[in-house]
Amino acid sequence: MANFKVNGEDKALDIEPDMPLLWALRDELGMTGTKFGCGIASCGACTVHVNGVAVRSCVTPVSAVEGQEITTIEGLASAAAGTAQPVATFDPANSALTAVQQAWIDHQVPQCGYCQSGMIMAVSSMLAQNPNPSDADIDSSITNVCRCGSYPRIKRAIRSLATA
Amino acid sequence: MKINRRRFLLSSAVVGGGVLIGYSATRPSRHRRANEELAAAGENYVTSFLKIDADNTVTVYVPHAEMGQGVHTSLSMMAADELDANWELVNIEQAPATDLFANGDLVTGFAGELGAPSFLAPLISVSAVKIAELGNLQTTGGSSSVRFTGEHSMRYAGAAAREMLIDCAASRWQVPASECTTALSHVHHNASGRSLTYGELAADAALLEPSKEPTLKTREQYNIMGKAISRNDIPAKVDGTAPYGIDANPEGMLYAAIRLAPVFGTKLVSVDAGDVLSRRGIKRIVELEDSVAVVADSYWRAKMALADVVSVFEDSPNASVSTDSIFAQFDASLASGESDEDRELGDSPAAFESASDVIEASYRVPYLAHAPMEPMNCTVHLHEDGTAEVWTSTQDALGIKSRVASILGVSADKTTFHHSYVGGGFGRRLPFTWNVIDHAALIAKEFNVPVKTVLSREDDMQQDYYRPAVASNFRAAFDASGLVRAWENRFTGPIQTPGAAHIPYAIDNQSIRVVDGETHIPIAAWRSVDHSQQTFFTESFIDEVAHRAGKNPYQFRMDLLKDHPRHQRVLQTAAEAAGYGRNLPEGHALGIAVQESFGSVVAEIAEVSMDSNLRPVVHKVTCAIDCGFAVNPDTAASQIESGIIFGLTAAMYGEIKIEGGAVANNNFPDYEMVRMATSPEIDVHILESDNTLGGFGEPATPPLAAAVTNAIYILTGERVRELPIKNHKFQKPSLAQV
Ligand code: FES
Ligand code: FES
Repeated sequence: MANFKVNGEDKALDIEPDMPLLWALRDELGMTGTKFGCGIASCGACTVHVNGVAVRSCVTPVSAVEGQEITTIEGLASAAAGTAQPVATFDPANSALTAVQQAWIDHQVPQCGYCQSGMIMAVSSMLAQNPNPSDADIDSSITNVCRCGSYPRIKRAIRSLATA
Repeated sequence: MKINRRRFLLSSAVVGGGVLIGYSATRPSRHRRANEELAAAGENYVTSFLKIDADNTVTVYVPHAEMGQGVHTSLSMMAADELDANWELVNIEQAPATDLFANGDLVTGFAGELGAPSFLAPLISVSAVKIAELGNLQTTGGSSSVRFTGEHSMRYAGAAAREMLIDCAASRWQVPASECTTALSHVHHNASGRSLTYGELAADAALLEPSKEPTLKTREQYNIMGKAISRNDIPAKVDGTAPYGIDANPEGMLYAAIRLAPVFGTKLVSVDAGDVLSRRGIKRIVELEDSVAVVADSYWRAKMALADVVSVFEDSPNASVSTDSIFAQFDASLASGESDEDRELGDSPAAFESASDVIEASYRVPYLAHAPMEPMNCTVHLHEDGTAEVWTSTQDALGIKSRVASILGVSADKTTFHHSYVGGGFGRRLPFTWNVIDHAALIAKEFNVPVKTVLSREDDMQQDYYRPAVASNFRAAFDASGLVRAWENRFTGPIQTPGAAHIPYAIDNQSIRVVDGETHIPIAAWRSVDHSQQTFFTESFIDEVAHRAGKNPYQFRMDLLKDHPRHQRVLQTAAEAAGYGRNLPEGHALGIAVQESFGSVVAEIAEVSMDSNLRPVVHKVTCAIDCGFAVNPDTAASQIESGIIFGLTAAMYGEIKIEGGAVANNNFPDYEMVRMATSPEIDVHILESDNTLGGFGEPATPPLAAAVTNAIYILTGERVRELPIKNHKFQKPSLAQV
């Protein structure tokens, strides 16, 4: 039995301990917001938070998250509302989205959108640890692939959050 | 047949019929069929693309796939603007995969421009599909959606609907139609102060036939087009709710992992599945002609089991083919002297004979994969009652529907296509690149539950339809006064995009010819098609010619572009914006390139330096595009940024390696991409002109590679003639004499 919390809910799954968290989320729990891109920790499409920290779920066996708190893109806004906001000026009362998600809309970041769940999870985790990242910080901590090339807009969106 | 509203929105309407081209050229007209076949009580299709409800909401049905190019929003803007709709009251929906919404205008658009839809041309010749049949596709490609469907269908639909609404109001008020005006989803009769909403008129308007020649607005009359409007697909893409094909999750679904013949074109000989069938969740091993699949109750279980299935594929004479042997074959083909005309101008042999100086160079580029972010996938459910359902991300819903139906042996009328967003296309999800679709249908045929077939990243890398590898040999001749008199180019085909190797430069004698470049590697359209390779070649070699002539590469181009004012305008704009000629930071240089493709003319200037490891760093790309008119300028800018980064990935890293007749690359670590740290600053300048609308999705990709390598030449004196740049071993940096 694998036991962990996803977006605040207890989950108990009768699955192999070496099944990657990505497939437990997508195929066992039907939570498809977390994406499969490469399966080898190279692209970041599958990024989720484990206890608030970004993790690539395609190479994280469920045995490694036993008893842990998982947050996925579907639960990001409610998780942020219950804890410290990554960006102090954002008012969750007026939005079902986090500041990062809202910035993604304001800057029209997504194109095909397939990488963006992972991007938003990675950026949210970075901003929680480093609310005012330099360009070099952004370059070194956001290593996800966006085949559509939304990087310039991602940078703009992050900067708007950092200076807010 | 009547389909209720709920079912229409949830799945797709299913109607039969033949090829329909143009919304108004059909009998019975599309809008009448839409009203008869699709509309529920109280709903009115005023044209086949527009529905107006009694509460005055307008729904625009967009017949193209949303891949992030913003087409749902842009096409709706075009229809809504001509309709004089209130944008706040406009809903946007994906048109169902039926021939009511087939884009014959795409076909006629391309036919008018090039004689055939160029991105389909190589495939048409191999598959013997006739142009007429293409009217039955719902294809999204060739930067065509706004240019053809938008210009020829959506705007006409909006304008015709507006005239129909005016006619109804005029007859209700017993006033001349010419006294009525429209604004914000209302018809007004100013003389009497009366107004009606479109919703109040829609039921009557739906009984009229749309005019074949409605009056379109002029640009000054646009209220919605030309504004930066937020895309309607974005909110669902930030909270994980946007559905992609790979997210299909129908009740009782199984999953297939598949191994296709590594050497293209070979057949499966034998399979040893060991104990795999006894493992948890494994349902069946499916052997197909060219592949073996494991079907299980989870993708991960299927994939793990497949790794332990031993399969043998037949031998093939192609099993010795490698990247090196392919380029050797190309060189032999180029040396053979056998070639076909692409373009001949003047008398180039004579010009070479009397030349005072001749410059020669050979260029080549490797195969490239599309590698869209969403791995290839397709879910198929063959029901016991002979109906079928399909879920996949595609650039061609209608084509996929018929394809799957024919493999399943059911009628397309009984097949439902479920639309989703597309997690990247770039040509991989166009018609005729059908491997996953065919396999998914063949596998699902053996089950009566839905089966989702997914290609892993490795599978997709090795089983794509690639951008062709090309070799291109050039010569140019100068006369005694140093003027360039002749341009000769021999390149390996096939030509997928006629005209991509042509140059806009005023050189009197030109001989551009194609030689055989056929291999067993499957090829297809790849973002911007032939323009991506050919522009690297031509814009590099013209730069070589400029340097040999002792001219500044910018001024040299401007002088030879005297008959191409659009090219001159974008070059000049980009040069001014990039500060061409200014004092650059120490160790930086600017490289330039320009190309016209898909109706737009694009100039790019790359600012590059070499780092301490002698690797090039692209700091900034300045881009100027003449696109005629940008329907949604912010979406256009994001497509241009995207095209530049796509081109930069190809230029810096892109290389599919062939070994043993198969693709040797596996995953992103050996098919590297530009990421945040290597993504340059991008400055986009959109220039409008009187020209017809140009595309945005593709035209920014072609000039990028040459812009970068032209800058590298200035920095190092070394000419990169083979991509990717990462393979070039640079010597010590030294500023070349320009
Ligand atoms: S799918 Fe996990 S990093 Fe790519
Ligand atoms: S938006 Fe398409 S991959 Fe990032």
